Amino acid sequence: MTTESTQAGAGADPYKQHYEPGTHPDLPPPFATSGPLLWLRENLFSSPANIVMSLVSLFLLYKILPGVIDWAVLDAAFTGADRNECRAKASGACWAFISERLRLFTFGFYPVEERWRVWLAFVLLVVVVVAVLWEKCPFRKPLLWFGIVYPLVAGWLLVGGMGLTPVSTDKFGGIMLTLVIGVTGIAFSLPIGIVLALGRQSNLPIIKYSCVGFIEFIRGVPLITLLFVASTMLSYFLPPGTSFDLLLRVLIMVTLFSAAYMAEVIRGGLQAIPKGQIEAADAMGLKYWPSMRLIVLPQALKISIPGIVNTFIGLFKDTTLVIIIGLLDPLGIGRASLADTKWNGLTYEVYLFVALFFFVACFAMARYSLYLENKLHTGHKR
Amino acid sequence: MSSQVSGHAENVVTTDRRGLLSRIWNDKETRSVIIQVLALALICAFFAYIIRNAVVNLEAIGKGFSFDFLWQPASYDINQHLIEYTSRSSHFRAMIVGLINTVLVAIAGIVLATVLGFALGVLRLSKNWLTNKLAHVYIEYMRNVPILLHILLVHGIIVHTLPRPKSAMNFGDTVFLSNRGLVSPTPHPEPLFWIVAAMFVAGVIFAILFRRWARRVQDQTGKIYPVFWISLLAVIVVPVALYFLLGSPIQWEVPALKGFNFKGGWNIRPEFIALWLALSLYTAAFIGEIVRAGITAVNYGQTEASAALGLSRGRTLNLVVIPQALRVIVPPLSSQYLNITKNSSLAIAIGYMDVTATIGGISLNQTGREMECMMIVMLIYLILSLLISTFMNWYNNRIKLVER
Repeated sequence: MTTESTQAGAGADPYKQHYEPGTHPDLPPPFATSGPLLWLRENLFSSPANIVMSLVSLFLLYKILPGVIDWAVLDAAFTGADRNECRAKASGACWAFISERLRLFTFGFYPVEERWRVWLAFVLLVVVVVAVLWEKCPFRKPLLWFGIVYPLVAGWLLVGGMGLTPVSTDKFGGIMLTLVIGVTGIAFSLPIGIVLALGRQSNLPIIKYSCVGFIEFIRGVPLITLLFVASTMLSYFLPPGTSFDLLLRVLIMVTLFSAAYMAEVIRGGLQAIPKGQIEAADAMGLKYWPSMRLIVLPQALKISIPGIVNTFIGLFKDTTLVIIIGLLDPLGIGRASLADTKWNGLTYEVYLFVALFFFVACFAMARYSLYLENKLHTGHKR
Repeated sequence: MSSQVSGHAENVVTTDRRGLLSRIWNDKETRSVIIQVLALALICAFFAYIIRNAVVNLEAIGKGFSFDFLWQPASYDINQHLIEYTSRSSHFRAMIVGLINTVLVAIAGIVLATVLGFALGVLRLSKNWLTNKLAHVYIEYMRNVPILLHILLVHGIIVHTLPRPKSAMNFGDTVFLSNRGLVSPTPHPEPLFWIVAAMFVAGVIFAILFRRWARRVQDQTGKIYPVFWISLLAVIVVPVALYFLLGSPIQWEVPALKGFNFKGGWNIRPEFIALWLALSLYTAAFIGEIVRAGITAVNYGQTEASAALGLSRGRTLNLVVIPQALRVIVPPLSSQYLNITKNSSLAIAIGYMDVTATIGGISLNQTGREMECMMIVMLIYLILSLLISTFMNWYNNRIKLVER
């Protein structure tokens, strides 16, 4: 090919393209301007600063990764009756501890013969969540209606009564407790948050300022103080002689707490809706609630999806704080198990296991919100 | 005809009679008054009800409602106190010690989280694939795991993995790191040192004045002075040089190992280090994402336009990109600062004696005054939140875009 083109260039035909040696487009590109090498050069070694950063990153990876992999996988013991047996086998992590306590981590002290109820509630939860998240889900409509009554059904299944053996809520624990608090908070904080946000935007001063006062008070104090209030002094405010369940008190506090944050997120969405939309709704003769339900909220909620999911994630992570008032979520179960002489001192195994659980749950939520954001994004993107 | 008219009139009368209530209800102003009066009545009734319940309940168990207990001796120890405190001091003093500890860890956390967060945000925007991904993994791990777990984990690492004081990590025989915390020398300034301090203050004042003057000169003539280097010289280089010229007028009290622990020097306790690091590392991940979002929010056309004007890369960043990015960054940043302050209350999980652990924890349990203690604790956090948001609102107004 090359010889031909040079010959042609030297020849008489002016219409034949002349190519310098090695520049014909049919030739493969020179080494290191394509493929993995180009990628390496552009992404890792494009400038001196870049090279330094790559080297530092590689050094960090070299320092951290082998040790962690050794400890967690290669040099770890997956079976064993107690800590000493684990140590005899391998010097790394002792996962036998987690696998032996897995049921405790999942159910807490829920009675063994009643655990099918937890499973059933969990399966129903998965069904409802799938119906909510997946638009092409079969039987979506009836399932969504079921989703509205789901909290009652789940509460009945878990607590018992009305034909089922009652289970005291202080037997709740582990992942199940986290899910109970998280799901209740998520399910109830969104509607309460919407009402609070609308109240804050209201032109009726008393409504507006009571909502502002509530939201700002809740957002100004740490959740832990509210949980202390729930555990130590809420009973003072009830009629003499009555008291209600600690878990219920915690659920109410957690819900109110995240409702206040939710209200602020939704207020951001409401403020982004142009005034013309509300005026147009007024002009159509819509009253307040129909105009909110049909015109304003669908737009406002769509904009605030990332914030709403972030609040959900925050709420889910905050469920760990209940260990401070003595409820046993996975972290609490783990810390209680560490006191067992058989498994003494396996702190990192417990923490890593719990961290993994929360990471998977929260990461999945974050990814779904990203997907939803992209799907609902109707504008232009750079 | 007349019957028609009368029928019509009858109709009007009946609608009027039926609609007295509906007329009131459909009048916008009357309705808003009715709704508000109802809401106010409900709220007042609710508060009256719970306060009455509280009074009855407190009476039944023979507890009053007073803050007198604050002046009784607290009779417990606080391991980190920046002001004078013994177990014979009052509960009030314990509260102040706790408050100082809260403020200390919050400020230290805000500073470190901001520095790390900005670094992370820049790394996340780096063109270097490996660095970018490492920062991403770090941010995702930190953001998706509860803060309480981070605090316990860091505390666990410090207490279980760091060596005991006897074999402490030794940094040049002056600073020691062990599972009892970080021990560093205490400075004892000599009289000559105050000259250095005065020089430093003078340098800061000079730098501020010089900056203003240089800006005015630039506005009028376009001449640019190297403000940063001259400020650095005045604030850091001159005082440091003076310090050595005067023969290092600070005596250092170096800690020494005596028995099982160090004697002398400053001891930064492991609980403080754990809480501080965990809060900063956790919040830095959030700040990193905020910074990244802020910088990407600045249209690339701005950078291109300043390149077309002939601004250098550094000046583009300083004069064009960062001022615009800051407007996006500051509001969410202030809520992260509030989060650090509130999350510092998790100190109670590892035994750092902040305001929740002192007045809301041990004092509460010892005196049994739940109501008063929780009110104090909540009030303190509300005031701290208010202070931080006032400061950040002031800063936000300062950097905000001035529009018509």
